[in-house]
Formats: sequence, C-alpha cells, structure tokens
Amino acid sequence: MAVSTPQRSAERATAVLKQAAPSRSLKERIFAGVLFFATIVGVVVLAVLLVDTLLDGLPRLNWQLLTSYQSRFPEQTGVLAGITGTFSLMALVALMAFPLGLGAAIYLEEFAADNRFTRLMEANISNLAGVPSVVYGLLGLSIFVYVFQLGRSLLTGALTLSLLILPVIIVAARESMRAVPRAIRDGGLALGATRWQTVSRQVIPAALPGILTGTILGLSRAIGETAPLLVVGALIGQRGSTAPWEIFDRFSALPIEIYGLIGRPQAGFREAAAPAAIIAMLVLLLLMNSVAILLRNRYARSV
Amino acid sequence: MAAQAGGESLLRATRSRRGEQVIVLLLKACGAISILTTAGIVAMLFVEAAPFFRQIDPRTFFLGTTWQPFGSNPNNFGVLPLINGTMLVTVVAMVVAVPLGLGAAMYLSDYASQRVRAVLKPTLEVLAGIPTIVLGLFALTFVTPVLRAVVGTDVVGIFNAASAGIVMGIMIIPTIASVAEDSMSAVPSGLRESAYGLGSTKRQVVLKVVFPGALSGIVAAVLLGFGRAIGETMIVVIAAGNLPTITANPFSQIQTMTAYIVQAVGGETPRGTLSYQSIFAVGALLFLLTFALNVAAQRFVRRFREVY
Repeated sequence: MAVSTPQRSAERATAVLKQAAPSRSLKERIFAGVLFFATIVGVVVLAVLLVDTLLDGLPRLNWQLLTSYQSRFPEQTGVLAGITGTFSLMALVALMAFPLGLGAAIYLEEFAADNRFTRLMEANISNLAGVPSVVYGLLGLSIFVYVFQLGRSLLTGALTLSLLILPVIIVAARESMRAVPRAIRDGGLALGATRWQTVSRQVIPAALPGILTGTILGLSRAIGETAPLLVVGALIGQRGSTAPWEIFDRFSALPIEIYGLIGRPQAGFREAAAPAAIIAMLVLLLLMNSVAILLRNRYARSV
Repeated sequence: MAAQAGGESLLRATRSRRGEQVIVLLLKACGAISILTTAGIVAMLFVEAAPFFRQIDPRTFFLGTTWQPFGSNPNNFGVLPLINGTMLVTVVAMVVAVPLGLGAAMYLSDYASQRVRAVLKPTLEVLAGIPTIVLGLFALTFVTPVLRAVVGTDVVGIFNAASAGIVMGIMIIPTIASVAEDSMSAVPSGLRESAYGLGSTKRQVVLKVVFPGALSGIVAAVLLGFGRAIGETMIVVIAAGNLPTITANPFSQIQTMTAYIVQAVGGETPRGTLSYQSIFAVGALLFLLTFALNVAAQRFVRRFREVY
C-alpha cells in the first residue's frame, strides 16, 4: 500500500482527534448512533439474506440437485445444465477477456502517448463500466446473434459477458501495474532492454497477482449475471450439458436455471430448489473471491 | 497519467525493433476494443431502433400513456408507463440508499476506528457483489411477505414496486457509501482541525465542514447510485411484476424499462417485428439516461479531485 505521507499524517491527526474526550452531550451521541445504524443496516440485511437462503435451501441441497437436469417435479429437478454452462462460460470468458483486458491495460499504462485518443479510451472505459448489463445483452443480441450469425449460442453468451467485464479487468490490471516501482522499469531500460522486454519480463510478472485478482473478480461478476444472458437467448431448463468446446450449442447457466426455477408455479421450485441452487452459486462465488483475496495477500508484499 | 510511468523516464530505450512495433499495435488494438464496444452499442441501438421510429411517431412513444407492445395498434407504444415504473422503483431505492449510504460514508470516514472500518467496509462491499437474481428472490420471498404483514395484504400486491425498490436500495448502499466516503476523506484534515479548534463538536464538524466540503463527491455518489438503480434488471423482473401502468402507488405492480426488455426477448420475439424493434427503442432510452447520469457523475468526481 503506497500511502503518501501527508495523507498518513492526516490520518494520525484524525486518530488523535478520535481519542479526544468524546462529547457527552445527548445530541452528539444520538447522531453517532444514527450513523452507526446507517452503516449496520446493510450488514444486517446481508446476514438476513444469507440465513434466509440457507434455511430455505439447505434441506433441498443434495447431490441429486447438482447432477440432474430439469424435471417437472420439484423434488427431482436439478441444475446440472446450469453448472456445466457456467463453467463453460467461465472458461471461454477467461480465455477472451483476460488477454484483451491485459493488452488494453498494458497499452494504456506503458505505451499510450498522452493524446486525445488515449483520453477518449480512458473516458470510454469508465463509461462502459456504468452501462446497464441488459444493454450489453442487446448488443450481443444484435451484433453476435444476428450480424455475426453466431445464433443464441454459448459463444454469443461468452462474448457478451467478456465485453461486460472487460472494464473491470482493465482497471484492475492498470492499478496493479501502476504499483510497480519506476525503478524496475528504469533498471530494465538501463540494462539495454527494449520497452517491451522490460514490460513483459519485469513489470507484468511483478503485477501479475493483482492482475489475476482483478480477472477473478471480473469473472465472478460474469457468472452472477442473468439479464444479458436472458437477452441473448440462454435456454432455461436446457436438457443436456454444455461443454466449453461446443461453442455453437445453445446453453444455460446457473443464474438462468435459478431464474427458471423461480418462474415455476409450484412452490417447491421457488421456495426450495431455487434457494438450494443459489447456495451452490454463492459457494462458487465465495471460492473464487477467496482465491482472489489469497492471491492478493500472498503477493502483496513481494512488489 | 498512463504513459508517465515509462514515458517520462529519463531513460529512453533505443528505437524499438520491428517485431516490437507489431506488439504495440496489437496492444493498441486491445485498447481499441473498448471504443469499438461503445461504438457498437450506439450503432446497434440506432440501427435497430430506427425502423421503430419510422412506424411509430416519436410523439406517441415519448408522450403516450399506453404500453401494449404485443398488439399491433401503433397508438399503444407510449413509453411513459415504463418510465413511470422505472422512476417509482428508483425513487423507493434512493429513499433507502441515499440516507443509509451517506450515513455510512460519514461513519466510516469520521467515526469508525481503523479496526471497525477494516471489518465493516469490505462486508458492505459484499452486498454489491451478490448476484441480483439472488436479491430478486429475497425481495419476492422475504421482503414482500414482511411488507404485506406490516402494511396489509389488501394494500400490498404479491408483485410490487416497493419491495423491489427497498432491496435495490440496499444493494446500492455500497456504491454511494464508497464514492461519498472517498470524497469525505479527501477533505483536508486542516479544515477539520480548525473547526475543532474553534470549539465545534464532532457532529458539527461532520455536518458543517466535511459534508459541504465533500458535496461534489456526494452528488457524484448519488448520481452513480441513481444510474445503477435505473439499469438494474433482475430484482424488478422477479419482484415488481410485469404490468406497465402509470401509478404513484409503490405497492402496486409495475413494469420498468429493463423488465420490459427481458420480458419481450424472453418470448424470443422474431427479428423485424415491431415488438423486436421496440426493445431497442426502450434500450436506447435506457442507455441515454444512464449515460447522461454517468457523465454528470464523472464531472462531479473530477471537481472534488481538483479542489483538494
């Protein structure tokens, strides 16, 4: 963590102020209490959400749910199609978004001249991060399904999600490359290495943990997305698995299967099977985020 | 600031080799994809929505009060019910998210100890990472029954704008809190110290020094949250219903712009039909709204960065 000195001294000053004798007036304490309450509401809702989902879903979460396809009967239905679809999407999205995002980040951070084109690109990336995901779905529907004639396929879904998470990866990769000290670049150049040799052999390896963390976070955003996949035509209740190489087949994904379960009229789907599938999805997200945090903590000191 | 890291270095590499120029070109192409994406979004919205406006008078679209896109009556393509639905949910969400998000920002920036902050901040951020379909089911199966029990089953529908809006508001808290907190922390501690020196209490410092000092960042935070609420899809699809109506009653069923898009493509509407084109007309409107909000928010963010 590169904390600049003025900021740090400011932090120290505020820390001292915080230790100063707290005001005892009722008004002050009520105000502090209200602010604490505002902060804690989100945390409480998060806890209620998790407990509610676990209570509803755990009794229904079993091997059968994870290993069978959709069924008419709530106690026999399963989300296997969603699981294989989500893993296939993850593989393809990682394959496409990681090199593209890294390439863009390297260009912007190491090679781009400070001109209008660069500034346009930067403004663009922050705007793209604010585009609603359903609009990316429309992009996929119009361009990939119809213009490129890829159909409502796994490839269309993966391309759409890749574009969606590209800004996340670019921003994270740039941040971790910026944290690599200038001396490493200067050292490389001073030894006669070219710009690209310096970047590819010194800067990127040093920044890799941060880049990977950003990519994993981007991927975990991608696998939770429902709306863009619905728009490009993911198939609810697909009755077969999707392997990552069957790129022109129709596909499903975990959130799509969950959406399908919620839409069923019988309560057994919405109130038991859907929360159970949600637990499976949240566990997957938790695993990915843990890996990201581990990566960050493990290598944070090495740069 | 990009190039400074390497570019302003006193050391200059010898002229790059030819292979290297190819690599740089490839990298530039990767970067250009972001511009292509934006261009693609604008172009496809324009191209796909244009035929819609050839058949439907823009005045009917923007001012009409009936949205029945699956019939063939051209008078029933008035987008106001969808805008009304979007705004109703968004207002509920903002009523929840603005006070809670700003309160959390003030607490985290000026009240919380380092230890408390280190726990609360990442926990709040988790909320932003929960897939929205999960939040949608929570709104439908938890918040709605609670609302119906408290307010009355004859008042609150099974599908209603309020529970979708409440959950959406909770989801937006981290967005508002983190941007607002950034700008509050950027207020120089000298200002705080002078106020303390003059005998202010902490509450006075926070409300009369930090809050006004961070105002542009706070505005940016609210605008960003607003944009996210307008573009949010799955919570409203699941919990707010699918009935385009003009109403100010948050307990009634509505349809938002985003929910219409999902509903219409869910039926795999064939290309070339008026319903298909209407999806893109609504999508274009949605994109313009969120785009304007994002651009405005970035202006405000830049302002507080410049001031301090």
